[in-house]
Amino acid sequence: MIVYLLCSFLFVLGLYCLVAKKNIIKKIIGIITMEYSVNLFLVLVGYRARGIAPILSKGADKAEFIAKSVDPLPQALVLTAIVIGLGTIALMVAICIRLYERYGTFDMTEIRRLRG
Amino acid sequence: MNHILPLFVAVPLGTAFIILILAKVWRKAGVPFALLTSICLVIFSVSVIGQASIYRMGNWPPPWGIVLVLDGLSTLLLLTISVISFFALLFSIRYMDRYTAKPKFYALFMLLVAGMNGVVLSGDFFNLFVFLEIASIASYALVAFGCEEEELEASFKYLILSGVASTFILLGIAILYSLTGTLNMADVARTIGNMPANNAVLFAISMFLMGFGLKAALVPFHPWLPDAHPAAPAPISAMLSGVLIKALGMYVLIRLIFNVFGLSPFLSSVLMILGGLSMVVGGLLAIGQDDLKRLLAYSSISQIGYVAVGLALGTPLGIMGGLFHLINHATFKSLLFLSAGAIEYSTDTRKLSKMGGLSNRLPVTTTSAAIGFLSISGIPPLNGFWSKLIIIIALVQAGHYILASVAVLVSFLTILYFMRVQRHLFFGDLPAKLAKITEVPYLMRVSLVLLAIMCLAMGLLYPFLSGTILDPARDVILEGTAYVHRVFGV
Repeated sequence: MIVYLLCSFLFVLGLYCLVAKKNIIKKIIGIITMEYSVNLFLVLVGYRARGIAPILSKGADKAEFIAKSVDPLPQALVLTAIVIGLGTIALMVAICIRLYERYGTFDMTEIRRLRG
Repeated sequence: MNHILPLFVAVPLGTAFIILILAKVWRKAGVPFALLTSICLVIFSVSVIGQASIYRMGNWPPPWGIVLVLDGLSTLLLLTISVISFFALLFSIRYMDRYTAKPKFYALFMLLVAGMNGVVLSGDFFNLFVFLEIASIASYALVAFGCEEEELEASFKYLILSGVASTFILLGIAILYSLTGTLNMADVARTIGNMPANNAVLFAISMFLMGFGLKAALVPFHPWLPDAHPAAPAPISAMLSGVLIKALGMYVLIRLIFNVFGLSPFLSSVLMILGGLSMVVGGLLAIGQDDLKRLLAYSSISQIGYVAVGLALGTPLGIMGGLFHLINHATFKSLLFLSAGAIEYSTDTRKLSKMGGLSNRLPVTTTSAAIGFLSISGIPPLNGFWSKLIIIIALVQAGHYILASVAVLVSFLTILYFMRVQRHLFFGDLPAKLAKITEVPYLMRVSLVLLAIMCLAMGLLYPFLSGTILDPARDVILEGTAYVHRVFGV
């Protein structure tokens, strides 16, 4: 239970960082923290203490395999989610660099040309 | 098994890569390949009208394998996506002349289409998430395509908010998976149906409402839209406002609420409040805008509210009105954004206060824009009138008199702000600066005129449309969680 609480704490921490920080790089770090806490949650869903890898070898006992093996699906999902996160973050950082070139600052409160 | 289904995703995805590779040797590879793909997709989506089938990837049966599900609702969305993207591409051939890196534009455009088609066809949660991210990442890059200050700022805002939405969606999926042990939508629906009422399901639903509500730009989640849609190049604004917010936002919300969780009175009223707020707030904010594209973006928020209210009613007539307004909004809003792009192309400004008397100089553009304005304001025989009328009648029938009067008032509001636009576009004197402007290139005019004709035709041919594509879509929504039986093929 404590693990899930810590996981949700990580999520809220990321959200706080995203909302409260003015620096856009710190905002990106907040988003990354949030994403990773969700990934952690997905892994926790499939976690089993002292589990074995979900590969059924020849002659293995099926009942024992079912009782002990971890759920492989969340792991596959997390892998995909991490790759998608990487793509998004690369784009975010690229846009940040361009923003710095144009505005000369990372401060979100000074990057305010659009309003209304 | 219908072997055409994977092609909806595979063909544009493949074209995106082919364009980028070929662009090394042939600079102009983007236009022919993208257009050809787009025409193919229109043919595909016309050919699947009236069919309902599922495609099993690698022939694995549903709860284990990945399935693509085609039914009336997905067909409606597929048709909208392919037709609007064809017109946007036709428009972009000459419009994009002023930008560099055109092959990248067409490759990203194809990725956007592939992602949206995938979202619409996907039968399980995780694929939906992956396609959603493909479409979103392509749209972030396309919003920032101009690489000027405003584009970058808008794209960054959009990226951050949409990134948060994606995280919430993933969290919702994780919660549902931990609860049901499956990712297949139909299987999730079946498992939840057999469970007693559960707070975890409610939590997952609220995550989805927040995530997809943000993608659909319903009101508390809207602030990214008025920045992102005007900043993008005009064909992309048309795609984002015309299709993306519907395919990624409204469609998924409808599919989840009706077919997976089942419409409860609580969900219906939540969606109705969000929709009502969107109508009013979007309409009020649109009045004061001086930037033409920004005004159109706010009006998109207002119109998506109509769609949400109509669908949330859950009565056959309300759903019909919502769906009809959804495709109508796709046509007239893309027409309006493309006209705004055409006006910007010849006058180099989007400020209404700097325009005037354009109708003599740009007869075709302003006439088609006028048809768009009349249609969105709900002037009879045009399509916007019928769908708004249906929604209002459905609201009255269901006894929601307050919401019905709000809908009528907002439609007056719409006329009000478009009257203002008309005054600046048609009447008044031509500013000296704009004395030498000329009509936009031929291909852009063709795209505008065809869309304007579509607005008129969809209004006049409503009985035909309702028989071929709207009725099947409505039936899918009405069948609710019986969706399960169709996917498992019993």
